[in-house]
Amino acid sequence: MLDSKIPQGPIESKWTKYKSTVPLVNPANKRSLEIIVVGTGLAGASAAATLAELGYKVKAFCFQDSPRRAHSIAAQGGINAAKNYQNDGDSVYRLFYDTIKGGDYRAREANVHRLAEVSGNIIDQSVASGVPFAREYGGLLSNRSFGGTQVQRTFYAAGQTGQQLLLGAYSGLQRQVGLGNVRLYSRHEMLDVVNIDGKCRGIIARDLVSGKLERHFGHAVLLCTGGYGNVFFLSTNAMGSNVTAAWKAHKKGAFFGNPCYTQIHPTCIPVSGDHQSKLTLMSESLRNDGRIWVPKRKEDAAAIREGKLNPNDLKEEDRDYYLERRYPAFGNLVPRDVASRAAKERCDAGFGVNKTGEAVYLDFAFNMKYKYGKQVATLKHITDPTEEQLTAFGHEVIKEKYGNLFDMYKQITGVDPYKNPMMIYPAVHYTMGGLWVDYNLMTTVPGLYALGEANFSDHGANRLGASALMQGLADGYFVIPYTIGAYLANEISVKPISTDHEAFVKAENEVSDRLNKLLAIKGTKPVDYFHKRLGKIMWDKCGMARNVEGLTWAISEIQKIREEFWKDVRVPGDANEFNPELEKAGRVADFIELGELMCKDALERNESCGGHFREDYQTEEGEALRDDENFKHVAAWQFNEVGNWTLNKEDLVYENIKIAQRSYK
Amino acid sequence: MNINLKVWRQKNGKSQGKLVDYKVEGVSPDMSFLEMFDVLNDRLVSEGKDEPIAFDHDCREGICGMCSMYINGRPHGPNQGVTTCQLHMRSFKDGDTIVVEPWRAAAFPVIKDLAVDRSAFDRIIASGGFISVNTGNAQDANSLPIAKDNADEAFAAAACIGCGACVAACKNSSSMLFVSAKVSQLALLPQGDPERNTRVLNMVAQMDSEGFGACTNTGACSAECPKEISLTNIARLNREYFAAQLGSDRS
Ligand SMILES: Cc1cc2nc3c(=O)[nH]c(=O)nc-3n(C[C@H](O)[C@H](O)[C@H](O)COP(=O)(O)OP(=O)(O)OC[C@H]3O[C@@H](n4cnc5c(N)ncnc54)[C@H](O)[C@@H]3O)c2cc1C
Ligand code: SF4
Ligand code: FES
Repeated sequence: MLDSKIPQGPIESKWTKYKSTVPLVNPANKRSLEIIVVGTGLAGASAAATLAELGYKVKAFCFQDSPRRAHSIAAQGGINAAKNYQNDGDSVYRLFYDTIKGGDYRAREANVHRLAEVSGNIIDQSVASGVPFAREYGGLLSNRSFGGTQVQRTFYAAGQTGQQLLLGAYSGLQRQVGLGNVRLYSRHEMLDVVNIDGKCRGIIARDLVSGKLERHFGHAVLLCTGGYGNVFFLSTNAMGSNVTAAWKAHKKGAFFGNPCYTQIHPTCIPVSGDHQSKLTLMSESLRNDGRIWVPKRKEDAAAIREGKLNPNDLKEEDRDYYLERRYPAFGNLVPRDVASRAAKERCDAGFGVNKTGEAVYLDFAFNMKYKYGKQVATLKHITDPTEEQLTAFGHEVIKEKYGNLFDMYKQITGVDPYKNPMMIYPAVHYTMGGLWVDYNLMTTVPGLYALGEANFSDHGANRLGASALMQGLADGYFVIPYTIGAYLANEISVKPISTDHEAFVKAENEVSDRLNKLLAIKGTKPVDYFHKRLGKIMWDKCGMARNVEGLTWAISEIQKIREEFWKDVRVPGDANEFNPELEKAGRVADFIELGELMCKDALERNESCGGHFREDYQTEEGEALRDDENFKHVAAWQFNEVGNWTLNKEDLVYENIKIAQRSYK
Repeated sequence: MNINLKVWRQKNGKSQGKLVDYKVEGVSPDMSFLEMFDVLNDRLVSEGKDEPIAFDHDCREGICGMCSMYINGRPHGPNQGVTTCQLHMRSFKDGDTIVVEPWRAAAFPVIKDLAVDRSAFDRIIASGGFISVNTGNAQDANSLPIAKDNADEAFAAAACIGCGACVAACKNSSSMLFVSAKVSQLALLPQGDPERNTRVLNMVAQMDSEGFGACTNTGACSAECPKEISLTNIARLNREYFAAQLGSDRS
C-alpha cells in the first residue's frame, strides 16, 4: 500500500495544524535553493510566482512562445469557491462534500477538504491581482451555478474566466521575472527528468527554436504540465497539450494514478468532418440557461437530420427534455459524466439531430424569453410585453452572460445560436488521472512534485465543473509553498549539483538518441496519421462506454500502432532547428504508450464510477454501478518497461463522508 | 473548393525568405484556415519534397493568442474580430488566391516561415503590467466593491490576447494598443491605483526600448484587433502617461 502522508487529526484541522508544524526554510537558505517549475498554466504560474516571492530561485518552462498561452487560458465557465456570498447555504464542508460525491467517492478526503478550505483565498488573491470578475450593480462579485451542486458558488469573467485568472497569475510571474527572481524559458520543452541518488535533481529541456538540448539543475522539480486528453486526438485541449513531461517522469519512477479516469464533457461543438483538428467546448455555464433536448419521436429526429423540419417549429410537447425528465432534482445541471452518457444514450437510440446523428440541442429560447425577457420587461415597467420584445430583451442579457461563447459557436458552425438552438455532443475534455502524489503533492520520486491537472489528486473519477481552475491555483498559490518546505528543509546543505554530473550526461544522451531515432526512421506516414488512429481506438473503446472485449482488443491494436509508428513514421527536418513535426512525433510516441496503460487500467477496474463507465457494471436504470468492496482505491501504476507495469494501490478511507450510491434524481 | 496559396517560406531568422506557391484541393468550407494548413502539411510530409510550413498555434479557439498569420495583407485575415484559428474557409471562394505572411515588425523577428518571436510583449508586462501583491496579502474579495461599469470596462481591456496583430497592422509597428489595454485594465481598478504612475512610465519605456514604433493615431490596430480592443484605451494610456510624468516631475 502507498503512503499518502495524510496528517493525523480531525479533517477540519489537518491542514491548519500541518501549516503550523511543517518545517520552515529560513530566508537566507531559500536564496540558495533552486526550484524548477515546468508549466506556466494556473498551477505553474501561481507556484513559480509564489515560490519566487518567498525567496527561492526559480526557473519556469513552457513550450508556447509565452507563459500567458498555457491552456488554462481557454477555460471558460468559472471557478468555484466556498465563499457563501449568496447566503444560499454554502460552506467549506459542502464544497468538500459535493466534490467527493461528484467524484463518485474515488478522491482522497484530506486533499479535497484542504482544497475547499483554501478556495476562498484564491478569489481574494485573484481580485487583489486585478482579475476583473463579473460584478453586480452593487459592486460586489457575481456568482452562477455549475453542475453537481445546488448552490451558486462559481465566480466568473464572462466566458473567459481561465483567461482572466491566468493573466492574473502570469502578471505575478512576470513581476518576479522582472525582479530577477524567476528565469523564464519559453519555447522550451522538458524531455526528461534527472534523478541522482534516488532524488529528482533536474531536467533535460530542448530549446525549441535552436533545437539545442539543455541541462538544468534544481533542488526540486514541479511538473505543472496539464492534462493528457489529447491522447484521443480530438479533444477540447490545445494542440500542444501533451503527456510528455508526466510520462518521462513516470518512466523514471513516478507512479501514474488512475490513468483511465477521463472526463467527457457533455456540451461541445459536434465533429464536422475528417479534417477536424480539435473540438471546441461550449461552457457548462450554458446549462444554467440552456435546456437540453431531442425530439420525442424518431420520425421528427429523422426529419430534422434531413433538413425537412426546423427544430424551432417542433412543439413543446413533442420535445424530450431528457435530463429534466430523468433527473428532476438537478435537471440540466447534473454532473458531466451523467449528462454525457445521457446524450450518448439518446443518440444511440436514434434521436440525434445532426447529419451524423451525434448531436442534441442546447436551447436558450425559453429562458431568453421567459426568464430574462420578463425580468427586463419588469424593470422597464412594461406590463404586457410582446413575444418579440421579450426575445429582444432576453437577447441582451444572454449576450452579456455568454456573448463570446455564442460568437465562437457562430464562427465555427456558421449558424446563429441566438436564433437556432445550439447543437452539441460530448467530447474529451479533462483527465482526472495523472501522476500519483501524496498529501504534499510529491510523486513517488522524492523531490519531484506534480500540480494542477497533471496530478491525479482531487477529483476522483469525475471532476465537477469550475473545480480545475480552483485546484490549479490552490496547488500553486496555497499548497506547494508550504508542503515543499517539508522536503527542502532537509536540502539546505545540498550544493547545486554540476550539470556535468554523469546522470545529466546520460539523460541528455538518451533524449538525443530518441530524437535522432525518430528522424532516422524516414518512413511513409506523417505523425498525425498515427495520432488519429490511436485517438479513434481510444474514443471507441476507452471513451464514454467501455467493456472487456473492446479494451482487450484496443490494447493489442495499440501495441501494433506502436510498432508501426517506430517503423514507418516520417519526421522531416532535423533536430537542430525549429521543428514542430519533431515535437509532435515525440509527444505522439508517448501518447501511444499512455493509451495502452489507460486501457489496461480501465480493464483492471471491474466497476463503473464517474467517467469510467463499464457496460458490464451498471444498474437497471443504466447508472454507474460502483464496487466499493473491491475498488475503493487509487490504482497507481509503476512502470517496468514499455508495455509492462506493476499495479500498486492506495486504499481510500472515508471517515467524514458516508459513501452512498450517487443520486441526482 | 480549390485554393491557391502563396506562403512566406524562410528557413530561419538569418536566411532570406520568399513566397512559394501551393495548391490545396478539396478544401471544405467547414475547415478552419489552420486545418487547411494541416492538410497541406500532411501532404508535404508524405511527398517528402518540401518541409512542412512552420506556423504558431495552440488553443485553436481564439483565446491563447498564439496564431498569427498575415492573410492577404491583413493580420488574422478578412473578418472582423476573428483570430486566424477561428477563420473558416467559408469566408473564401473556390479558386481564390491567398497570400500568407508572418507578422512584420522589427520587434517581432521571424523564427521560421510564419512563426515570429513576440517575447518583447512578455518583457513589457514584466516591466510593470501587474499589481504588486504577494500571495497571501489579499483581503476579502468583497471588501472592495467596484462599480460594475468600471469592472466591465476593465474586463473589456483585459480581453487582449497578446497576439500582436495590432503591431502587424500598424504602419509604424507600434504596440500602443497592447500596452494601453493592460494600462487601462489596471488603471480602471482601485487595486491598480497605488502603482499607476510607475506602471505606465515603465511600460512605455520598455516598449520604446524594444524597438516598437510611435503611435500616429491611425487606428489600424483596433480595426484589426481580433478582440476589438478599443482606441479609447490608447487615449487613456496617453492621459495616464502625461499625468504620471507630471507626477514624477513634481516629486
Ligand atoms: C476548453 C476548456 C475549458 C475549461 N473550462 C474550465 C472552467 O470553466 N473551469 C474549470 O475549473 N476548469 C476548466 N477547464 C479545465 C482547466 O482549464 C484545466 O484543467 C486547467 O487550466 C489546467 O491547468 P494547469 O496549470 O494544470 O495546466 P495548463 O494550463 O494546461 O498548463 C500546462 C503548462 O505546461 C506546459 N508544458 C506542458 N508540457 C510541457 C513540457 N513537456 N515541457 C515544458 N512545458 C510543458 C505548457 O507550456 C503550459 O505552460 C477547462 C479546460 C478546457 C480545455
Ligand atoms: S490589442 Fe488586440 S491585436 Fe493587440 S495584442 Fe491585444 S488582442 Fe492582439
Ligand atoms: S491558436 Fe489560440 S488564438 Fe488562435
